[in-house]
Amino acid sequence: MVLANELTPSVELIGITKTYPGVVANSDIHLTLRPGEVHSLLGENGAGKSTLIGILSGMVQPDAGEIRIKGETVRINSPRDALERGIGTVYQHSLLVPTLTVLDNLLLGVDQGWKLGRDAAKARLQEVSTLLDVEIDPSSVVGDLALGQRQQVEIVRALWRGEGVLILDEPTSMLTPQGAEKLVQVVRRLVSNGLAVVFITHKLNEALDLGDRVTVLRRGKIVGEVTPAELQNRSRAQITDEVLKMIFGEKSDASYAAFASQVSETADETFRVDHLSVEGSGPHPVLDNVSFTLKRGEILGIAGIDGNGQKELAEVLAGQRHADSGEIILDDQSIQNLSIAARQAKGIRYVTDDRHGEGTVGPLSIALNIVLKRVGEVPFWRWSLVRHSSIREFARKLIHDHDVRAPHEEVAISTLSGGNMQKVILARELALEPRVVVYNKPTYGLDARTTSLVLASIADQAKAGVTTVFISTELSEIVSICHRVAVMYRGKLSEPIMVRSGIELKLGALMTGSTTL
Amino acid sequence: MSALHDETTVVAAERVSAIEGRLTRIGRSMATAMIPVIGAFVIGGLLLAVLGRNPFSFYGNVIHHGLIGSLGRQETLIRMAPLLLIAAGLMIAFPAGIWNLGTDGQYVMGGVIVADLGPELAPHFSGFVLFTTLFVVGFAVAAIWSLIPAILKAWYGINEIISTLMLTFIGLRFSAFLVKEYFYDRETTVPQTRVLAVADRLPRMFSSRVHIGLVVGFVAVIAVHFMMRNTAFGLRLRIVGMNPKAAIHAGMNMKALTLAIFTLSAGFAGLAAAVNIAGVDGVVRAEWNPAVGLLVVPLVFLARFHAASVIAFIAAFAVFQVGGESASRKADIPNFMVLFMVGLLLVFMALGEYMQLRSSRKH
Repeated sequence: MVLANELTPSVELIGITKTYPGVVANSDIHLTLRPGEVHSLLGENGAGKSTLIGILSGMVQPDAGEIRIKGETVRINSPRDALERGIGTVYQHSLLVPTLTVLDNLLLGVDQGWKLGRDAAKARLQEVSTLLDVEIDPSSVVGDLALGQRQQVEIVRALWRGEGVLILDEPTSMLTPQGAEKLVQVVRRLVSNGLAVVFITHKLNEALDLGDRVTVLRRGKIVGEVTPAELQNRSRAQITDEVLKMIFGEKSDASYAAFASQVSETADETFRVDHLSVEGSGPHPVLDNVSFTLKRGEILGIAGIDGNGQKELAEVLAGQRHADSGEIILDDQSIQNLSIAARQAKGIRYVTDDRHGEGTVGPLSIALNIVLKRVGEVPFWRWSLVRHSSIREFARKLIHDHDVRAPHEEVAISTLSGGNMQKVILARELALEPRVVVYNKPTYGLDARTTSLVLASIADQAKAGVTTVFISTELSEIVSICHRVAVMYRGKLSEPIMVRSGIELKLGALMTGSTTL
Repeated sequence: MSALHDETTVVAAERVSAIEGRLTRIGRSMATAMIPVIGAFVIGGLLLAVLGRNPFSFYGNVIHHGLIGSLGRQETLIRMAPLLLIAAGLMIAFPAGIWNLGTDGQYVMGGVIVADLGPELAPHFSGFVLFTTLFVVGFAVAAIWSLIPAILKAWYGINEIISTLMLTFIGLRFSAFLVKEYFYDRETTVPQTRVLAVADRLPRMFSSRVHIGLVVGFVAVIAVHFMMRNTAFGLRLRIVGMNPKAAIHAGMNMKALTLAIFTLSAGFAGLAAAVNIAGVDGVVRAEWNPAVGLLVVPLVFLARFHAASVIAFIAAFAVFQVGGESASRKADIPNFMVLFMVGLLLVFMALGEYMQLRSSRKH
């Protein structure tokens, strides 16, 4: 440890400040990244983590402060600049070009003059993917990959040049448990080779497990640090308590209450899915004979590793994707042939996991995004003419009720952090008198407090009689709020089983395909 | 009571600042418009000087014959009418993310039917009914013509940039065929439609040659501006343009919207042709191709679909086109000079946009 401290720091941030209109994103940040050390950055949504990564990776220019790399004061003008200085970043949101192949995406980052060094690149890809112990087909088109696989390519790209600093922004959120484990091994190997790794997360346990040092951000400021010595010498419980206080201020309420209540035996069966199938181009059907029946107010958890057909199931239920066979029945009536809008009118809601891609229209205001699915409806429009006052009033109410952190309702929704954007989407969907809500990873990228708020509101809605399909990759979430749970694996859905304690192991085995459905 | 009063004051102050903001924006866009104009004039002037012409007298002639002289000014206003209507159509398509580059073909298709129908209907119907019919027909024919790329796009996802551009060629050939085969006037030797009598053309205004088509053009641009910004339909179109996936997710009917965008956008091009034929030309010859649509494309983009800027850009463009023709004749240089200058203007406008974008990014 003493040795590590005496080495020249890989990167030093001194007094970094960045202000956006209405928000101080980073205020007087002092941060030292040391070679051979994993530095965990913890904080809520909007704590300033993203801005800090932006500054390190050259995407954002600080208003004040100094950056030193290996003791030398520098300006990082662009992401390319950062890469050339040995700072590689894996972002939370994919920066890959979806229409290009994996190999072409990787070649984009390499300057080789006119000739593309495909063979060399292939070899390097093989090398890095062996290091990660993942299989990546260089010729598959990135847009066809599941989000989890895309992130693996991102990691490969960040490791492409063997950087001095590797920044991982929520890297485990998309990975399989085994993948996350492998990532930990890779990170360990990297730091033992003298790299500095920045690990951004809001999962406390991960931060403590993986980090040699933990720094906590809150509202743009550094509010605390756990040193390597403390991590080694003090008890985990003690540290956890302390860090939770740092993250959330005085009240630390990260644990979920037991939300689930019993569904009445006599409740009517409202929502039935019968033998849904969707053909696929791959070896397995996208959806393979999926069936389940839900009672009024019931929450069915659908567990599974990303890319096993959960997203497609949600899209079929919402009407965004055509099913080749099967039936969807709401209150004894088939809704199979209804359009998206008609299903919405019947009370079917889909909370998408793709907030940027389809959930919101970035350049439009928060207010207009809140009424996105009600364009033209009274009272927000009358005689087809927009009534801004009515929209704004409605938006202000939802923003207040759902604790969305935004300067006001007229700012473009793209300026919000991921968590706040998700709150806007939830506000929009839950305000529409839902009957059946399909959630696809609703807590992805949210901090612990927002996660528990979201889960609580899902459970509250269910108690009020909303039937819920809850798709998640987080077993702990599913176990905490669902009545029954089924696992998706290669397009097949297992028989739903009642949630009880100790069920996780069985689910995990099903998710990874180590026992058959 | 006083709280209410305060609120009113605050609202009033907000409104004033909103208006101020709007004026600054318009002022700024005017400034961005002037710099490229000056740039184009300087480079064009250098070329004229190299050719041994006096640039100052050339430009003087452009302004004189395009803007100051009464005849030229009238011609400029007459030319503006169809340009404004085409622009109105593009102000619908482009913000909705549909690249309708087929306005030239849509214009000619609408025009050729209107030209045939006009002399046919003129003896039976009086002014208002006649013109309304011709306008509706011109609009409808172009709209129907655009259903081809619209259906290809909505059902098969075929890129409309290619299909609309290609359909212009087909439309030009097809209209020539119609004129030569069916619509030709048996009393003339050149293949052309019968002529709409001068007495049956659109009413003129201010005892000039300027016909009411100009008013139609202004109304169309302003109405489209209003529609895109204040109606549910306009918002749907903008959402489709900004994020089509979000539009689908929100349950919008993409096929219906796509058809609406194409038909409205093309319809305005057809209306532009109807206005010009009923107002000025009165006749269509085979092989007729005014090719004005594509010239409007960059103007609409540079005006950022804002009615005031669209009108200003189109006025400036028309002045230069009309004045440039006379000035070229006087300087004894080919009329290409005008197109060359227009090209320069567009290059400088684009450059100006780029510079503005860069400076706004830096700040």
